[in-house]
Amino acid sequence: MAEMMAFGQQPDVLFWVGCAGSFDDRAKKITRAFVKILNNVGVNFAVLGTEESCTGDPAKRAGNEFLFQMQAMGNIQVLNAYEVKSIVTTCPHCFNTLKNEYPELGGNYEVKHHSQFLQELINQGKLTVEGGVFKGKKITFHDPCYLGRANDVYEAPRNLIEKLDAELVEMKRCKSNGLCCGAGGAQMFKEAEKGNKEVNIERTEEALEIQPNIIATGCPFCMTMMTDGVKLKEKSSEVQVFDLAELIAQAKDL
Amino acid sequence: MEISSIIFIILLIVAGGLFAKNLNTIIRNIKLGKDLDRNDRKKERFSLMARVALGQSKMVVRPFAGFLHIIVYVGFIIINIEVLEIVLDGMLGTHRLFAFMGSFYHFLIAAFEGLALLVLVACVIFLVRRNVLRIKRFFGKEMTTWPKTDANLILITEILLMSAFLIMNAVDAQLQVLGSEHYTNVGSFPISRQLMGAFAGMSESSLIMLERGTWWFHIIGIFAFLNYLPYSKHFHILLAFPNVFYAKLTPKGQLDNLASVKKEVEMMFDPSADPYAAPAEPEGEPQRFGAKDVTDLTWKQLMDAYTCTECGRCTDVCPANITGKVLSPRKIMMDTRDRLEEVGKGIDKNGKDFNDNKSLLRDYISEEELLACTSCNACVQACPVNIDQLSIIVDLRRFLIMEESKAPAEWTGIFTNIENNGAPWQFAQADRLNWKNEN
Repeated sequence: MAEMMAFGQQPDVLFWVGCAGSFDDRAKKITRAFVKILNNVGVNFAVLGTEESCTGDPAKRAGNEFLFQMQAMGNIQVLNAYEVKSIVTTCPHCFNTLKNEYPELGGNYEVKHHSQFLQELINQGKLTVEGGVFKGKKITFHDPCYLGRANDVYEAPRNLIEKLDAELVEMKRCKSNGLCCGAGGAQMFKEAEKGNKEVNIERTEEALEIQPNIIATGCPFCMTMMTDGVKLKEKSSEVQVFDLAELIAQAKDL
Repeated sequence: MEISSIIFIILLIVAGGLFAKNLNTIIRNIKLGKDLDRNDRKKERFSLMARVALGQSKMVVRPFAGFLHIIVYVGFIIINIEVLEIVLDGMLGTHRLFAFMGSFYHFLIAAFEGLALLVLVACVIFLVRRNVLRIKRFFGKEMTTWPKTDANLILITEILLMSAFLIMNAVDAQLQVLGSEHYTNVGSFPISRQLMGAFAGMSESSLIMLERGTWWFHIIGIFAFLNYLPYSKHFHILLAFPNVFYAKLTPKGQLDNLASVKKEVEMMFDPSADPYAAPAEPEGEPQRFGAKDVTDLTWKQLMDAYTCTECGRCTDVCPANITGKVLSPRKIMMDTRDRLEEVGKGIDKNGKDFNDNKSLLRDYISEEELLACTSCNACVQACPVNIDQLSIIVDLRRFLIMEESKAPAEWTGIFTNIENNGAPWQFAQADRLNWKNEN
């Protein structure tokens, strides 16, 4: 972003990478897959790079409103300084926070989740996807809470999967009734309270019940939870967990 | 005026007055909550209320229970027209005042009887679901003796009221056959007619006694039930409507930005702020960050608590509860109401500033419950009357973290990391773009 600014250029959209997308080894692959698609389509985008900072979502959900607002105000200063109008992100938590909680603090942007952004590129004819490797594969979509229930985005991710000529199979609890992966509300960063099961195991078992080839998701934290779940169930060789961006990138052989 | 009319009017006034008094207490208790403006977007609010409260759209997500509930709900509303006639008859000393409507009256009575039978059957099925089939969501540790008794009492009362109504009609029909004075030939009584045989051998005077008896039982039952409502989870039949009307309209994922925090953070970001300046005159009482007790919650959150009818749909879909954690969103609502009632009684007894050294946090809701929440909004989505359980959990967490600094060690760690290097993990901000050159 800083480089573009120096050359007097303005990107059409800012890609908000997020902490997971920047630092988590698995999530970095999602970041790279999404960037490959953006470059392939020729989207004029930028990232904040080292100027990006946590949106404050985990702090807010944990109850640390102070830290959240400190983060938010800092980020808004950077975003407004670069006159950012439009943001796309691969993380539903960043998406929710930027879209819903920043406006009141002075940050007004058009914010999209990457599933919506990719869907638009397809609708505009800029991105074409053919099934190829996924033809006939059984794919189920795990709804991230902060994309689905929190923001009522259910169709964009499913439309993308259908573009792959794959067979979209639904879990018993899906869409507005979808079961959490267990990571939200800052649970990702601490041990779960005492219980008789981990939430991600409950969810993974439900996914495995319908015997998919692929579990698709649109959230780096769901990715961690579902991947761990599949590993613990010793099904890693049969069932793979992919982000929507990775599926599209693979279908296009990028 | 006949003596029975006088007795009836006195009963009506006492029942109405007592209910008004209890209603006032509940309104007073709800107003103990903090201000919150929910008067925006009126049109959307009306249409939401029409769909969710009036139209029961979220009830039918579970089709069987939803369908039976609609029967009881429609029955309740329509049979109230009959109650109006009963009340007028009672005051005026008349019998079946609306009979002048002729064939329409026949139709009305037939409809009431049909609904009464359906309500009766539905309530029996509900009782079986709770006590014989023992459906899981009606149990759980917050479903102690009183909540279970409350549910059964409501169902049994409705069964008794509907039975009295049908027996009353059957006896009336029998009296009409006998050509008894006062019992003019009205109503077709399609359902209660089937019961007439049971009363065929009775004398006219005992029939009249039975008819009057069931009439008084029915109406006194209704008065009693009305005054039971404020003590019961059944209060939802009234509060469901305003509660849905004033529900949060913004996306479920959007949490409020605490205004008290905003002021302080803005000052930190304001380069012209003078750190040594004398603090401005405090505006009113200093506000707590988050909620420790019910009075720290908003009036809407307190209304939520009074609206909860303990159906358990929230707890049934809660990922924490499903996997055996102590959190139950229904318990959060029941605790909030119990604590609010306790505070209300304390105020009645000891005045406004009473303090019992108890609070919603810890005396009712434990840290463990709060920490188990994934903020997934499944409970909020599932609630048929748009209760926002999550907002109470988050407000209590805020108090825990910001006022008491009682975060689990891992959370203290992520707070430090976010503060120091802008990510919940211990990675340097300078490394944020490393993904670009990796494979």
